[in-house]
Amino acid sequence: MTTLRGKAWKVGDNVDTDQIIAGRYLSLTDPEELGSHCFESARPELAEGFSPGDILFAGENFGCGSSREHAVVALKALGVSCIVADSFARIFFRNCINLGLLPVECPGAAASIAEGDDVYLDTASGKIEDLAKGLVFEFNPMPPFLDEVLAAGSLTAYVQKRLSERHAG
Amino acid sequence: MEAGRFEHNTGSEEAFPVGMTITEKILARASGRESVQAGEIVRVKVDLVMGHDVTLPLSILEFENMGAPGVYDREKVVAVCDHFAPAANNAAADRIKMLRDFAREQGLAHYFEAGSGQSGVCHALLPEEGLILPGSVVLGADSHTTTYGALGAFATGMGSTDIAAAMALGETWLRVPQSLRLYYRGELGKWTSGKDLILYTLGRLGAGGAIYQATEFCGPTIEALGMSDRFTMCNMAVEAGAKNGIIARDAKTEQYLLERTSQTYVAPSSDHDAEYADTFEFACEELQPQVAFPFSPDNVRPVQEAGGVSIDAAIIGSCTNGRLEDLRIAADILRGRQVARGVRLIVIPATQKTYLQALKEGLLEVFAEAGGAVSTPTCGPCFGGHMGLLAAGERAVSTTNRNFVGRMGHAESEVYLASPAVAAASAVVGRLVHPAEVAE
Repeated sequence: MTTLRGKAWKVGDNVDTDQIIAGRYLSLTDPEELGSHCFESARPELAEGFSPGDILFAGENFGCGSSREHAVVALKALGVSCIVADSFARIFFRNCINLGLLPVECPGAAASIAEGDDVYLDTASGKIEDLAKGLVFEFNPMPPFLDEVLAAGSLTAYVQKRLSERHAG
Repeated sequence: MEAGRFEHNTGSEEAFPVGMTITEKILARASGRESVQAGEIVRVKVDLVMGHDVTLPLSILEFENMGAPGVYDREKVVAVCDHFAPAANNAAADRIKMLRDFAREQGLAHYFEAGSGQSGVCHALLPEEGLILPGSVVLGADSHTTTYGALGAFATGMGSTDIAAAMALGETWLRVPQSLRLYYRGELGKWTSGKDLILYTLGRLGAGGAIYQATEFCGPTIEALGMSDRFTMCNMAVEAGAKNGIIARDAKTEQYLLERTSQTYVAPSSDHDAEYADTFEFACEELQPQVAFPFSPDNVRPVQEAGGVSIDAAIIGSCTNGRLEDLRIAADILRGRQVARGVRLIVIPATQKTYLQALKEGLLEVFAEAGGAVSTPTCGPCFGGHMGLLAAGERAVSTTNRNFVGRMGHAESEVYLASPAVAAASAVVGRLVHPAEVAE
């Protein structure tokens, strides 16, 4: 279970993975190097000011476009541990789960929360609080089918487990 | 490739209960079930897994972390060097070497690299090599994996770690998508193509209009389209957020496959009483060539309403529109004409076979005579990698699939997506024009 408290950062609808990490950097694999170019052109002030604990709020279809997992790697290196969006692009959503970046689908939250608001998120209660405005938003827990992967910690750890079971079996 | 790639190749369509879409039938078969319903999570066997030089390096690292003894089937894991290939810089050379070494160590039956036999842009290459079969489940570490749905396969993109897991296990999990039925009727005009159909469709659906869904293209207009145009349409289904695009197998599909593979397959089609999330009908007689303005593929208008935007570059190629048919259309317009002063034309055949055939047909000569640069097959500028990027303030008309901010170069450059006909005609005039302004 996760709790986070920090500052809200906001982006709009249909934020594509090219904005998160541009194509010219895709021959990189080092997380720190990728992180140093995250949101470089699209949101330079976010790239510079984001602190661990801060939460990224987005509109519809966050992470659309290219399947590049580099986008999740870069966001994590920037310190992003949770993204709250009205909806996610499906490949990006899977990438988040697989790499341990929490994607929270909570329609309407981003529209009501202002950039810079002091926000608190608790996955146990399924609540996001805007402490500046006194607003509370509720979100559904992860679908049960993902529990097995999440319980393992990452898809890589899950596959390790599956392979060892096969070997034992 | 070995015989019997399909584990269920003796079934018939009658084996399915009524009321399923083509996508549901494929996923039912792959999960060993009689039927599935939209919204269900299923674990499916995977018939083919593909990755390229951008995404596969991350997959290989995770594959090693997973402790997998080897890929689940050396015939079914495909590695393609296309994005930064031929190696555009030192880092790219390292990544490509990773793929080459991995392919050798794992004994992959299908490894493709420019300069070593067949090669090209993955989504044009795999169908051309006969690796995609109707009814199969294909995963690619690339969002445009949806392309293969044009052959009646279920094909979807995933991230590198999902692909690593599929390479190790030969399976993945999927939520069975709801389907959107996109029905097209009416004959297309001379200068209107599959690219215009899909751009127009994206304008109607919006960038998130098919999120998590299957987009099923059907109707008389689709039946009349050649395979090249069908690939183009399924390629860009993901620009509406779709999980997959799909077109039922017909005589044209069969002919295409007959020339490329001897593998057998079972090709389901949608039942008449299948359930759809929604149906859209498109009347195509009056459809004009379309252009997607910056900075989204759904920001579409007819080329006549493009306001004559001036261009600095015209790029013809990619997994969307770099096939032989696309090059023929462009060459027909450029034959005996010159690229406008101040405009750079870059033509990139999508595969080695396409390149060679275009060479034999004299198409490459037409492009060169017109003043254009012809490149070896690569994704190159399409994703802002190399081979013709844009400077600040520059504009390109491009036959590719995305026009996001900075997609093909500087963050202050602009990309206008269009068909090969519009791109070629615009290269001649120096601004976005209807092909009829240039050619008969």
